[in-house]
Amino acid sequence: MLQKKRCVAMLLAGGQGSRLYNLTEKTAKPAVPFGGKYRIIDFTLSNCVNSGIDTVGVLTQYQPYVLNEYIGSGQPWDLDRTYGGVKILPPYQRATGAAWYTGTANAIYQNLDFIERYDPDYVLILSGDHIYKMDYSEMLKYHIEKGADCTIAVIEVPLDEASRFGIMNTYEDGSIYQFEEKPAKPKSTKASMGIYIFGKEVLKKYLEEDEADEKSSNDFGKNVIPRMLKNGAKMFAYPFSGYWKDVGTVKSLWEANMDLIGQKPALDLRTPKQRILSRNSTRPPHFIGSEARVENSLVTEGCEVYGTVINSVLFGGVKIDAGAVVRDSVVFEESEIGAGSVIEYSMLDCRVRVGENCRVGENAASGKGIALLGAGLVLPDKTVIGGGVMTSVLPKEDK
Amino acid sequence: MSVTGIIFSNIHDRNLPELTRLRTMASVPFGCRYRFIDFTLSNMVNSGVTSVGIITQTNYQSLSDHIGTGKDWDLATRAGGVKLISPNITAFANDNVRSHISSRLESLKSATVYISRRKEDLIVLSDCDVICNIDLGDMIAFHKKTGADITLATKKMKLTPDLAVKNVIINKDGDGRVNDLLIYPFDVSGEHSVSLNIMVLEREKLLNIVNDASAHGYTSFNSDVLLRNVHSYKIMAYEYEGYFACVSSLSEYFSCSLELLDPEVRNALFGIKNRPIYTKIRNSPPTRYTDAATVSNSLFADGCLIEGHVENSIIFRGVTIGKGAVVKDSIIMQDSVISAGAQINCSVLDKNVVVKEGVRLSGHSTLPFYVPKNTIV
Repeated sequence: MLQKKRCVAMLLAGGQGSRLYNLTEKTAKPAVPFGGKYRIIDFTLSNCVNSGIDTVGVLTQYQPYVLNEYIGSGQPWDLDRTYGGVKILPPYQRATGAAWYTGTANAIYQNLDFIERYDPDYVLILSGDHIYKMDYSEMLKYHIEKGADCTIAVIEVPLDEASRFGIMNTYEDGSIYQFEEKPAKPKSTKASMGIYIFGKEVLKKYLEEDEADEKSSNDFGKNVIPRMLKNGAKMFAYPFSGYWKDVGTVKSLWEANMDLIGQKPALDLRTPKQRILSRNSTRPPHFIGSEARVENSLVTEGCEVYGTVINSVLFGGVKIDAGAVVRDSVVFEESEIGAGSVIEYSMLDCRVRVGENCRVGENAASGKGIALLGAGLVLPDKTVIGGGVMTSVLPKEDK
Repeated sequence: MSVTGIIFSNIHDRNLPELTRLRTMASVPFGCRYRFIDFTLSNMVNSGVTSVGIITQTNYQSLSDHIGTGKDWDLATRAGGVKLISPNITAFANDNVRSHISSRLESLKSATVYISRRKEDLIVLSDCDVICNIDLGDMIAFHKKTGADITLATKKMKLTPDLAVKNVIINKDGDGRVNDLLIYPFDVSGEHSVSLNIMVLEREKLLNIVNDASAHGYTSFNSDVLLRNVHSYKIMAYEYEGYFACVSSLSEYFSCSLELLDPEVRNALFGIKNRPIYTKIRNSPPTRYTDAATVSNSLFADGCLIEGHVENSIIFRGVTIGKGAVVKDSIIMQDSVISAGAQINCSVLDKNVVVKEGVRLSGHSTLPFYVPKNTIV
């Protein structure tokens, strides 16, 4: 016996995230580790739960194994529900044929049956690659008050950065009259956060129209939203203020990690409100040795720090040997830094072994960018990896 | 494996009156993020014992909050899982019942319904305060191989008279068969095998023992069951070689806690492959250190904010250490706040303690200063 759900969330998690280079070689972007003990998708999943949404479809396509395993039954987020909960929705074969998800709109279109099972009044469309805390129930309230067909969450961005975003031009009452994707001369600073609420019937109608249009690339931003505006649908921009960050690039992912530290972090995870839930490891508390120095950093369960850690984020089970220095860096799970090695302005994926007296990366001032070491890479003693080098294999020796 | 676990959660409450005033011995916080019972529960789960009954008597609110549905130990299952067995005191019982029910035998009597309904053949009985990482699967295999009626886990320990008087010494012959028990002996010291208060026996056997004890008015498992029958039952000793923390007073709680700063001790408890120690998940963020933090030789749980100086200490989840505060040789439990400039030395601060700016607290390594839960100093 199926019960009706008021609002069902659909979380787009199929993107490859190619600008994260080797971090997404074997992992979908939403499953990329973040902030010491999280994965990117934890933020949207936790937002759903904290907003009272208990039915979430996660649309996967690219390298889904790690993501599927991570989400599992949904138990860490209380999404292992008798009815509803979190469901993984990969592309599938049907009687009339089989197709990959060709775009964000097509992914939802292919799963309209899933949505219909819960007979929701509203559908919330999310993307799994942003870091933010948001109460979607406030946005839904706004959507209902405005009597909107579609509500798009927007955030104020600096004018000089506005041309990197999809910009919503609105009237005083918040209604949208124009959408411009990456405009050269932005008319407003309201950037789309990629969060949409639709009335279910409206969504269905426009997805079916979009699907019938052979010229469409089946994308919400490029096709569905412009079509709705053209047809005069009631569209509103929901203003969100607070921390929000697209972590689509190595640099922005690094920056978002750094936003968690400092005297007053841009994103404070320690607030009791809107707790971020994640799948927990069973590691013991972390140990800081007698000669260690730890400043302005995040350290979590299972870490053993005998060296120096400054302005950095350490994930679970990381070991920093005596005399090693980690500065301005992010070190993923189970990586080990050997004695005397110096890691600067770098990101190390899981299970990287850095031998003794190695050098990885150069400081940000060098202008060479962030060094990125792929998962499981083993650096023999005295290896030097220059600033900005992104690699999953050992560099060839120059002789 | 067809084994049920039974854990006594209120046993030895009187050893740690400070810490058990508002909680069971089972739910005494230990090691930054654990409770005593986590070790016993994890040992059971890691050995495939997936139906566990926890016998409670008094003060078990914190315990039931900690265990919840049992899902953090993977014990939220339909077949078995974890059950709290609350005291079975009828409306007509007089007050004397309450004082009688503190022994293992009395506890088991109140749990006979649970035990008799289990389908498993074997029972492993354990106290809640056995801080060790023991392979119970191996102990059960030993029990089956030797054909014992009862198998006791023992550990060789160097005893002082203070420690001996709180332990049961197990003497055995060359084959490992127990031939004598010295129960809480006075004036014994030196190396002896002591009981870890973990035993394995058949479920039917246990029910017979409990029924017989009840009919004869016996109350002590050690003296009335084991010692009385030491020659008629085949009682075998299973020697455990790993780390065991015997916490029977506040100063032992203090010293055993600080022992965790030794990497070998940590490794023996937490570093054994495929034998992790589980605990309640609290979803705390990682611990944040600021520019002003200076820390050395300390263990930290998640969710802390460290702005001061911490040395040789155990810091639980969600603790705040303010700027200029100095914490040395101390144990600071969950969500306590040490304000700027405060100084804490050789102290045990229970949960939710607030130490205001500039306050100084100090005990001694042999006599730690204890601050009760929710105190504002």
